[in-house]
Amino acid sequence: MNNRKDLLGLEEATVEELGAILDTAEAFRGVLDRPIKKVPTLRGKTVANLFYEPSTRTRFSFELAEKRLSADSLNFSASTSSAVKGESLKDTVRNIEAMGVDFVVIRHGASGAPHHIAKNVRASVINAGDGQHEHPTQGLLDMFTMRRKLGRLQGIKVAIIGDIAHSRVARSNIWGLTKMGAEVRVCGPSTLTPMDVEKMGVTWTWRVEEALEGVDVVNILRIQKERQSANLLPSLREYSLYFGVTRERLRRASPDVVIMHPGPMNRGVEIAQDVAEDPRNVILDQVTNGVAVRMAVLYLLNGNEPASREAEMATVEG
Amino acid sequence: MPLQESELKVKARIADAEGIRRMLTRISHEIVERNKGPEEIVLVGIRRRGVPLARRLADLIREIEGTRVPLGILDITLYRDDLQLVAVQPVVRTTEIPVDIDGKIVVLVDDVLYTGRTVRSALNALIDFGRPASIQLAVLIDRGHRELPIRADFVGKNVPTSKREIIAVCLTEEDGMEEVQIRELGEGGQS
Repeated sequence: MNNRKDLLGLEEATVEELGAILDTAEAFRGVLDRPIKKVPTLRGKTVANLFYEPSTRTRFSFELAEKRLSADSLNFSASTSSAVKGESLKDTVRNIEAMGVDFVVIRHGASGAPHHIAKNVRASVINAGDGQHEHPTQGLLDMFTMRRKLGRLQGIKVAIIGDIAHSRVARSNIWGLTKMGAEVRVCGPSTLTPMDVEKMGVTWTWRVEEALEGVDVVNILRIQKERQSANLLPSLREYSLYFGVTRERLRRASPDVVIMHPGPMNRGVEIAQDVAEDPRNVILDQVTNGVAVRMAVLYLLNGNEPASREAEMATVEG
Repeated sequence: MPLQESELKVKARIADAEGIRRMLTRISHEIVERNKGPEEIVLVGIRRRGVPLARRLADLIREIEGTRVPLGILDITLYRDDLQLVAVQPVVRTTEIPVDIDGKIVVLVDDVLYTGRTVRSALNALIDFGRPASIQLAVLIDRGHRELPIRADFVGKNVPTSKREIIAVCLTEEDGMEEVQIRELGEGGQS
């Protein structure tokens, strides 16, 4: 992360950067177990959280990470802001930056919105989910949770099941996991699978049983009802019948399979009731780990504004 | 820019393995004597070289008193006062304080006491874990040049230095050898 201003996606991250974030997150995970769960590291820094799409988990997680690092947080939600008066994204962000913000955390329905902002502001931009593109901190926290459970990422078998086409979580998981040497299989209806998914370095099958065979981790994606406008699925009931992860189907996986879900769960649709309650699931660990991972990202991006990079270059040359 | 090892030349060797062992033996006796026994003591090593030193002091105290004192590890990175000044964020490692430090006597252990800023950070970090009855400081080398009103309770050796010099404490666990050196910037180095 040495010279990176922003975290926009895991596609462009290097193996070294991913390793550094996960190692740093381990130290921050320890902070969360202390009696006083706060460190002074980002004292005096300000973070604007811009959520143009609904979110509970991610918004709370970022806000908590910021508070635990002693940064000041500004919260924005689209419905109560000038966005409803027609202000453009770029103008909103420039105005917020004029107030002296050091970080912008943004969730937006349009893929690429964080990239657009990153080019236009000096603050560090962190993508908290953009359209169907990426959700890098979710990918990182999933990898962090897997690594803590299994002790490594290299060589582990991971099945990602569900609506891959609309899922930014799936994309960030795939980019990150394949870089770290995991074997990734994706599974879902062909109507919900990107055409060129195999080019991302994964295998695809529509047979859940096949996807689950011997896996160390199953990451179950939420069926995004709000994105199912184009009749890509006959019905949720049919989806559940063919692709729902049940305890019966999980018998094919490793006996100690790590069961993950980014939330919010649709119980009885993509995840059966008994799997949602299975002791092997780490869904709440994912939530706790999310705070540590976001603290690590904020910490590592801190100070990496273009100005200090130029200053550093000048020193080196001088 | 951190100084590169190659830019520094060894100017003097102030202690060898035997010398380090003797200093630590004396400090371990002083710690036990000052605190009237090992019962309330918790040793906390400051990363990195304070950690093996604290471990050795714990072993020595066990030899003297027959009891094992609890051992903690402190990483002070998140409490540093110069994070705004460095361009690249330093690596953060885990902190492990395995016991409740409320009411205990915490002895912080580090290799070199210089400006006092590391100790200031360590005090802030420690206070987030509880309220010790007292905090004491043990260092192998005190080289002077304090920038904060901080002093050590237990010192292996006082070594007057110039600011151009660096004290390098080499320990088997971290460096594969046992020696305390004074290094100085070479002719070609930056001033």
